Amino acid sequence: MEAAVSDAQLVSRCRNGDEVAWNELVERFSRYVYAIAVQAFRLAPHDAEDIFQDVFARVYEHLGKLRSDEAIRPWIGQLTRRLCIDRLRAGGREGIVDPVDIELGELDETLATLDEAMTVRAGLDAVGDACREILDRFFCRDESYRDIGEALDLPAGTIASRISRCLTKLRVELEGRS
Amino acid sequence: MTGYDEERIAELLRALPAPPDSWVKAAQELPRARAEIGEILTRLEADAVFRAALVADLESALVAEGYEATPSVVAALRLQLGVD
Repeated sequence: MEAAVSDAQLVSRCRNGDEVAWNELVERFSRYVYAIAVQAFRLAPHDAEDIFQDVFARVYEHLGKLRSDEAIRPWIGQLTRRLCIDRLRAGGREGIVDPVDIELGELDETLATLDEAMTVRAGLDAVGDACREILDRFFCRDESYRDIGEALDLPAGTIASRISRCLTKLRVELEGRS
Repeated sequence: MTGYDEERIAELLRALPAPPDSWVKAAQELPRARAEIGEILTRLEADAVFRAALVADLESALVAEGYEATPSVVAALRLQLGVD
C-alpha cells in the first residue's frame, strides 16, 4: 500500500512548484473549505463558490509564509472562517444576511465536527484506494449500491459487505493513530 | 482519537460531501493561470485606464480585453486589487 503523503510534505512540494502536489492539496482540502462555507456558515452557492476560490488563491499566494507546514489545515480553516464572516457582514450591510442569525454554539459544534471529519478522512488515505473509493462513493457522494457496482465493476450484491469491511478497516486505522 | 464505532465514522464521512467538480478544477488551475495573472498585473501597473476598468467591473473588463475570466484568475486579481 502506498504511504499517504503528509500535509507537511504536500505543502513543501507545492512550495517547490510541483503542480501535481497543488492538485492534491486542493483535492485534500476542498471538502473542508466547502463544508465550512455551506454547512457552518450556510452561504448561498454563489457566495460559497467565491469564498472557495478566494481561499485557494490566498493559500497559493501565501504558502511561502506559512510558519509550519504541518499547520496548513488549521490555517485553511481559519482563513475560510474569516472570509465567510466578512462575506456575511457585507451581506448584512446590504440587508441580505444577518450574521447574528448564526448561533455561535451551533457554529462551534459544526466546525468541531468538520475538523473531526477531516481527521477521519485523512485515515481514508491509509486504507487503500479500493476502500477509499467505495466509502467515498457511498457516504460522501450518496451513490446507490447499483451505481457503485457499475462504476467499480463489482457485483451490486457484494457492495454492502465491502462497505462494512472497509469501515472496520478504517476504524482500526483510526484507533491505531490514537 | 478513541471510541469511534462504524456508525460514527460513517456520520463523519457524510459530513464532508464533495464540492462541485468545476470549483475544484478551477482552483487546481491556479498555477497555470499565474502566467496570465502576471501579465495582467504588469499591465495594471502601466495602464491606469485598464486598472480603473478592472476595479469597476473585473470580469467584464477582462473579457473586453480578450482575457479568459476563469474563476482562478478572477479570484487572484480580486485579491491583488482588493475588490469584492
